[in-house]
Amino acid sequence: MALDAADLGPATSLSCRECGESYELGPRYACEQCFGPLEIAYDFTGVTRASIEAGPRNIWRYRGLLPVPSNVQDTPNTEPGFTRLVRADHLAEALGMQRLWVKDDSGNPTHSFKDRVVAVALAAARELGFKVLACPSTGNLANAVAAAAARAGIRSAVFVPADLEQQKIITTAVYGGTFVTVRGNYDDVNRLASEIAGEQEDWAFVNVNVRPYYAEGSKTLGYEIAEQLGWRLPDQIVVPVASGSQLTKIDKAFQELIKLGLVEDKPYKVFGAQATGCSPVAAAFKNGHDVVRPVKPDTIAKSLAIGNPADGPYVLDVVRRTGGAVEDVTDAEVVEGIRLLAGTEGIFAETAGGVTVGCLRKLVSSGALDPEAETVIINSGDGLKTLDAVAPVATPSAEIDPTLEDFRASGLA
Amino acid sequence: MSTVSVRIPTILRTYTGGESEVKAEGATLREVITDLDANYNGIAARILDDSGKIRRFVNVYVGEEDVRFADGLDTPTPAGTQISIIPAVAGG
Repeated sequence: MALDAADLGPATSLSCRECGESYELGPRYACEQCFGPLEIAYDFTGVTRASIEAGPRNIWRYRGLLPVPSNVQDTPNTEPGFTRLVRADHLAEALGMQRLWVKDDSGNPTHSFKDRVVAVALAAARELGFKVLACPSTGNLANAVAAAAARAGIRSAVFVPADLEQQKIITTAVYGGTFVTVRGNYDDVNRLASEIAGEQEDWAFVNVNVRPYYAEGSKTLGYEIAEQLGWRLPDQIVVPVASGSQLTKIDKAFQELIKLGLVEDKPYKVFGAQATGCSPVAAAFKNGHDVVRPVKPDTIAKSLAIGNPADGPYVLDVVRRTGGAVEDVTDAEVVEGIRLLAGTEGIFAETAGGVTVGCLRKLVSSGALDPEAETVIINSGDGLKTLDAVAPVATPSAEIDPTLEDFRASGLA
Repeated sequence: MSTVSVRIPTILRTYTGGESEVKAEGATLREVITDLDANYNGIAARILDDSGKIRRFVNVYVGEEDVRFADGLDTPTPAGTQISIIPAVAGG
């Protein structure tokens, strides 16, 4: 593929997180020496609070900090980001906390944070000469890729586990494109995608062969939280962990903002949240390990059901460096977390949000998280996509005839 | 000896002359990798670290099974087995 004309903005090279080997920017994702993940290196220039604030109300206000061309806004994309940061006083009160915020990423175009990473992957894939936008997915990414490809006018090719929630199947299929359900779990689908990526050279699997670019999109969550807090960092943040990429990139964003002088340097703690039925990173944290032993997932939190998380070791690094923790909660606690957030703040989270709220509660109870310190939690997706999780408990108060007598008799007045 | 088929990831195809799938001999994964290295000199050092263990960011599958769930390098590789070597930095 011709890269001479590629414009990837402030990105300068790719470097291996494991051994430090450096590579030219291109469609590569694993180190040729050690298979380690490649990370984008940058040379940032001219990025100020004012230059960001003058930008559009979406992730492209941070384009000077992303591996995308400076004219990225001019090509059709879903324009995700700048979702609301909700002051969650009622939830805080319920948990005995002082100052709590919910970064509600269900407000993105396809209702999850995945629109952020896909928008960056799409921009980079165009520059790198790919023709098809593809992914293995637990559902949210499938929605985001299918929608972004439709908007961009290119082909999509999406692979998901066949037992995915019906809502996520429909909300992918509706966009058209090639959509394959695979008889296996996410890790099986992921493996298949890696093998297909080795054969189909003009297919950009956003989270496989374009992953270094794609993953950078999650930095925008960190930038937005800081900007929306008035250009400062929170004391604590709780982030759901699937592959672990989102958590590590929020930390990377905070570190970049500090280095660029856009926020004041201060300590902050990063916490990870997993479902007990797929908690390889929490298990490694609790056992003091620095390697993550893969597991076979069994949880209703399917968007977090990655048994072999690629960024697991780096999550452990970030959490330990900042003095945080990785916690996990049962499926029953996930459902309770969804109801608690909905009932206290009017935010209907998908199961991943339930995991985060459940872990927040557990971290406060255990004392790992300081209830007095300002805390942000991430709601990464929309409850409408995982209706089955709460269907048994989210039911009407009563069913009555259309008569005043019947209403009175129901005792609900 | 049992003959198996090994899928080679893009970044190792410089060792196999561009071949995406090659044959190898061995009764266990360890023997298969030793045999691969005999034919494609240097490839074992890309898959295994200095202490001889599978690198942290390499996934190896014997059939459908991630060998980390089986017996690692001692996982048996019966004749006709399909082996896949895949970079782990994917997904999510």
